Amino acid sequence: MDNRQKEIDNLKDYKYGFTTDIENTRAPKGLNEDVIKFISNIKKEPRWMLDFRLKAYERFKQLKEPNWQKPKYPKIDYQDLYYYSAPKSMDDKPKSLDELDPKLLETYKKLGIPLQEQARLNGIAVDAVFDSVSVATTFREELTKQGIIFCPISEAIQNHPELVKKYLGSVIPTTDHFFATLNSAVFTDGSFAYIPEGVRCPMELSTYFRINASNTGQFERTLIIADKGSYVSYLEGCTAPMRDENQLHAANVELIALDDAEIKYSTVQNWYPGDKDGKGGIYNFVTKRGLCKGKNSKISWTQVETGSAITWKYPSCILKGDNSVGEFYSIAITNNHQKADTGTKMIHLGKNTKSKIISKGISAGFSDMTYRGLVDISSRASNSNNYTQCDSLLMGNKCGAHTVPYIKNKNSESNIAHEATTSKISDEQLHYCQQRGLSAEEAVSLIVNGFCKEVLQQLPMEFAVEAQKLVGISLEGSVG
Amino acid sequence: MKEQLQKDFDNTIKNLSLSQKDIQVKKFYLDNFINRGFPNRREEDWKFSDLNQIIKKNIGELSFYSEYTSTNKIDTSVFVDGLEHNKIVFINGRIEKIDFDYEKKDQIEIVDQSESINELNINNSLSDLNNAFTNKSFKILVKKGYKLSKPLIIYHTTNSKIWSKNINLRLNFELAEDSSLRVIDLFNDTSEKNFLNIFYDFELKENAILKNYKVDKSENRNIKYLFNNIDQNKNSISETFIFSSGSNFFKSEINCNLKGEYSSAYVNGIFSLKDDKHHEIRTIINHLTENTISYQLIKSVLEDSSKAVYQGKIFVNSKAQKTDGYQLSNAILLHKDSEFNAKPELEIYADDVKCSHGSASGSLNEDSIFYLMSRGLNYHQSRELLINGFLLDVVEKITDSEIKNLIKNMIGIKE
Repeated sequence: MDNRQKEIDNLKDYKYGFTTDIENTRAPKGLNEDVIKFISNIKKEPRWMLDFRLKAYERFKQLKEPNWQKPKYPKIDYQDLYYYSAPKSMDDKPKSLDELDPKLLETYKKLGIPLQEQARLNGIAVDAVFDSVSVATTFREELTKQGIIFCPISEAIQNHPELVKKYLGSVIPTTDHFFATLNSAVFTDGSFAYIPEGVRCPMELSTYFRINASNTGQFERTLIIADKGSYVSYLEGCTAPMRDENQLHAANVELIALDDAEIKYSTVQNWYPGDKDGKGGIYNFVTKRGLCKGKNSKISWTQVETGSAITWKYPSCILKGDNSVGEFYSIAITNNHQKADTGTKMIHLGKNTKSKIISKGISAGFSDMTYRGLVDISSRASNSNNYTQCDSLLMGNKCGAHTVPYIKNKNSESNIAHEATTSKISDEQLHYCQQRGLSAEEAVSLIVNGFCKEVLQQLPMEFAVEAQKLVGISLEGSVG
Repeated sequence: MKEQLQKDFDNTIKNLSLSQKDIQVKKFYLDNFINRGFPNRREEDWKFSDLNQIIKKNIGELSFYSEYTSTNKIDTSVFVDGLEHNKIVFINGRIEKIDFDYEKKDQIEIVDQSESINELNINNSLSDLNNAFTNKSFKILVKKGYKLSKPLIIYHTTNSKIWSKNINLRLNFELAEDSSLRVIDLFNDTSEKNFLNIFYDFELKENAILKNYKVDKSENRNIKYLFNNIDQNKNSISETFIFSSGSNFFKSEINCNLKGEYSSAYVNGIFSLKDDKHHEIRTIINHLTENTISYQLIKSVLEDSSKAVYQGKIFVNSKAQKTDGYQLSNAILLHKDSEFNAKPELEIYADDVKCSHGSASGSLNEDSIFYLMSRGLNYHQSRELLINGFLLDVVEKITDSEIKNLIKNMIGIKE
């Protein structure tokens, strides 16, 4: 038990809160056509890509920032942000990892993501995104052998324009909502993965996002395409330094699953949540959407949300292909002054489509947590099924837990079932654990882990261990 | 619509003897309504039912002035037989009769509030409309400790004398300590294409008991909005039952404030819809103090291209520890064009609470039909039996046995 206590003590403060002192290349401050051209230019993008961005920007100018969400935030001045920031050493792209700036390697090592392939035993291919650019992608050769493309999206635009052109914006169009459109206009980098027909990706693919520079918004874009009969499991992790100001992170993630393909997307989100008084922290306004385009396809989202000052996202599935399946497993934990408004959308369009939503919310301190979800079974989606379960756990009476499901059933042959509960950890449970020698905090951690188990077991092994620890740490100090 | 509103407003005011100040207040609400118009889908609470569109499509232009100087003949055939009861009769929005013949006269006070303003504020332009145009309103006061011996039936009758009209009604009730009241709202419409905008306000003092049953059974093409505000003090109980079926469009809203400890609220509802009817029930239960209970059960049976919406919200503030809140909505969709939408919402700021909700929608269980058919019923009979059983569950929640039987007969549900 001592070791565990020590570990928790070590982690008590946000351990990823350091900054890397590295020279940056930045776009001029503000948002205008020139900045978009600057980004496009520095990425040496073809004309069609620039047109895509400008079209999105035109549309963005007409959009109003949404304000229906539960967590309110002070107005963001979009002209006071840097839309591009990259380590100077990346100006001439290093050919291999050996040429990479040692400072960057050091940073990722500190974060527990060694980029040198030999140092990695667990066999996860990583694409590391630092501020606005992807700095390294590991295990590329091995993946190429199987025909899998895994690279920064900026490279994919150069090398695989036919794929990018076909799929980019096909799930999240440039005419989408405010933040998604902003992303379409100014996205800087992100990951691209293509799994060819019939291939089962031999290792987990992973992106690691890091915001380092101050006053920067991070707008990355991820595009994953699983061709017929393929399978891929994808992991995403994120951290940021401790800063007093709020930083904006508005990413777009698009998943496309063709016939019989399966995509499993897992996120452990640990952006800097702000300090105890709610100062600073990341605004995590992310658009994630998956399209089950083909028959018998499957998309599954798993998320563990512990960080960010405000989390505002709804990873969604559009179940277009017949017999397609969408899943959403989520744990969201808010403490101190954190706020979260998260959930999912399951849009059933094809016949015999199934979806399952398991959401666990835990709020402590002064935090506020909302589950907001939509299940929409259209009139054509005969014989479809949805099951939703959202449970919330409250710790103390200064926090809030809310459930706002929207349920629409337009098909008489389809069934929707929804249940939700809100409760607290019972005194009996605590008493039982403490009687057997656990401290109050350990007892809470144990009970919470049990509460979250259904979701945690959906995570790939490496993540599950980390996530379990995170759950314990995030609730630190919330008992008593 | 603006000119029409102004003109009708001036005509309405002319028939009332209001002070200049009161006219200003009414004018204020009129302007509010002119600014906001009928609620539309851009407002969260009207997301599933765009009233502006519904009125446009089904009625077109509305007129807001009602001639209330001449009396209407009361058609006694609509009165309920076999149950002695007190009556309030509305015909085309005009209050024709208030009689509490079965009660002790000194225990019930009927206050005419027509010549004064009583504002009811909810965040909704229909309350503005109601505040601006109601011209007869009464407050019914049940004195301390008095329990009415017979139920009160409120007849909402409309006939073919009116069309394309907006009617605004207001009734206020105050139940003093230890009193009790049973109210049945019966809707009988032979008119077409009118918009009825009805507001009730109930105040329940300590230990008061209110039982309110609303039955919208008769087939009609009217559009109705009904808002109930219920304020509850210590130990009070409110029970609301809604049978939502006959009107073209009907939205019932129940806003219940559990302000006193040990108060409890029960809301039970049935949607039984066919053709292209579109009905909604929206409930907001505010748990504002410790040890309060709420229970809601809504069941729907939807045929043809009908549409039912249930929006239920349980709000628990940080003082309201030991709250017990429960909400269940079930729907059976019988036709490929029918639609059920639900938004069961929990907003909770206290930790020692037990709150849950469930919602399920789907088709009739084929296995159950098979079971019944294998025992000799035909398909139609099996279906009827299953639906009957499904809805009986809600009717059984009615705590007053006399009224339970009345309603069972009225809506044709067998035991």
